[in-house]
Amino acid sequence: MQNQEQYFLRLSANDNVLVVVKAIQQGQELELEGVKITAQKTIPFGHKVAARALTAGEKIVKFGMPIGSTTTTISAGEHVHTHNLQSDYIPSFGRPGEGGH
Amino acid sequence: MQAYLRSDGRKGIRNVITVVYLVECAHHVAKQIAAPFEDDDVHVIGFSGCYPNTYALEMMESLCTHPNVGAVLLVSLGCESFNRNQLAETVRDSGRPVDVLVIQQTGGTRKTFEVGREWIRRTLTELEHVPRVEMGMNELIVGTVCGGSDGTSGISANPAVGNAFDRLVNLGATTIFEETGELIGCEQDMVRRAITPELGKEILACMEKTANYYNILGHGSFAVGNAEGGLTTLEEKSLGAYAKAGHGALHGIIKPGNVPPNPGLYLLDVIPDGEVRFGFPNINDTAEIGELIACGSHVILFTTGRGSVVGSAISPVIKICGNPETYRRMSDDMDVNAGRILEGQGTIDDVGLEIVERIRRTAEGEQTASESLGHREFVLTYKSFEPIGPSCLPLALA
Repeated sequence: MQNQEQYFLRLSANDNVLVVVKAIQQGQELELEGVKITAQKTIPFGHKVAARALTAGEKIVKFGMPIGSTTTTISAGEHVHTHNLQSDYIPSFGRPGEGGH
Repeated sequence: MQAYLRSDGRKGIRNVITVVYLVECAHHVAKQIAAPFEDDDVHVIGFSGCYPNTYALEMMESLCTHPNVGAVLLVSLGCESFNRNQLAETVRDSGRPVDVLVIQQTGGTRKTFEVGREWIRRTLTELEHVPRVEMGMNELIVGTVCGGSDGTSGISANPAVGNAFDRLVNLGATTIFEETGELIGCEQDMVRRAITPELGKEILACMEKTANYYNILGHGSFAVGNAEGGLTTLEEKSLGAYAKAGHGALHGIIKPGNVPPNPGLYLLDVIPDGEVRFGFPNINDTAEIGELIACGSHVILFTTGRGSVVGSAISPVIKICGNPETYRRMSDDMDVNAGRILEGQGTIDDVGLEIVERIRRTAEGEQTASESLGHREFVLTYKSFEPIGPSCLPLALA
């Protein structure tokens, strides 16, 4: 591996999101599966980023299985969370004023 | 590997004597009978309730005739409702040594200690003569459960167990997962993986029952803390637990005490049937482990992030820690460090292979961390179940 430290974990071959296994700082330059990216914001451990560019309404696949659909276009390396991903099952809850989509 | 051959043809990887209290009033006596035999596989299990429960009786019948069990000593106070004669007869019919001590008839605590300990000394010698036979990985039944989970469980330990489950099924073994309450949102995928459409319908009915049960009890669902930890949707959270089930076909749905009839992957439905009666379906991880063992599990794979320490009576528990910091802090209690996946020190595939190897060594007799530390937890509560329908085990019909 080129990078000494691993930031992203792929859980399954056909996933289109990767898990952040080391917190990422805004502006940090990273390699995302061979592609150089600059982090647009701080992303905590355990969160997800897009493995590639995604269109609105696309199924997000993690563990090799769908976990919901995108609500907007997402670029490679961008944080994927409640602001751009929604459940196909029931809405998730957030604290008022936080991630209210 | 060498196994203990039971007269019903089943093979065990341990040769345990269970000392069984049949009401809480007999618990202390059972515990003290077993106390001098701490270094032997003499395990105390029991049921606390004084009033009869069919599920508890059937669980005890399954557990006391489990292939890892060689002999059974029942300890009754004398006036409780547990059907000790039926349990003793079931064990006797299985060809195992069994005795029943009734404290009120034996003459109290001290006399029962003496009689019980003498029986165990004799029986330990007798158990040395249980025939040993060759056993393959394909003859193993492996159950899995998670407990003390954190944000790492779903991305390291659970997918690694899923990888191990896929490998085990490829070897011809039998695997069981459960926790239907944490699988809400995964039902469509389980239906897709079911080997028949009728089994798929049974899974949907089971998940509907589960959702209803949890709604009435008023717990379960997606919490704010989950989103802060990086989980976005309910199905994502459930998939973290579901990852333990790997990617293979789903061969059937069973209930506590049903032993899978063929190799493959099975879902254990632990949610009681009928109206909500006895409270929480499972009051803790140990109750779930007991049900997996009642379904014949020789070994339990227990994933944890925050750091559980439990083991179990009857079947060894292999603890797989998903959080590397927890592993460093509590390594004495852990068997496998799946947290290394998060530090780039190995892949899910590497850890899956390590887990299978660990199962093989455990089956060959090597002690797990919890076994060497003397963990032999057990709990059994009141529940009620209807028998499973014919669509639940499609291959059993063939």
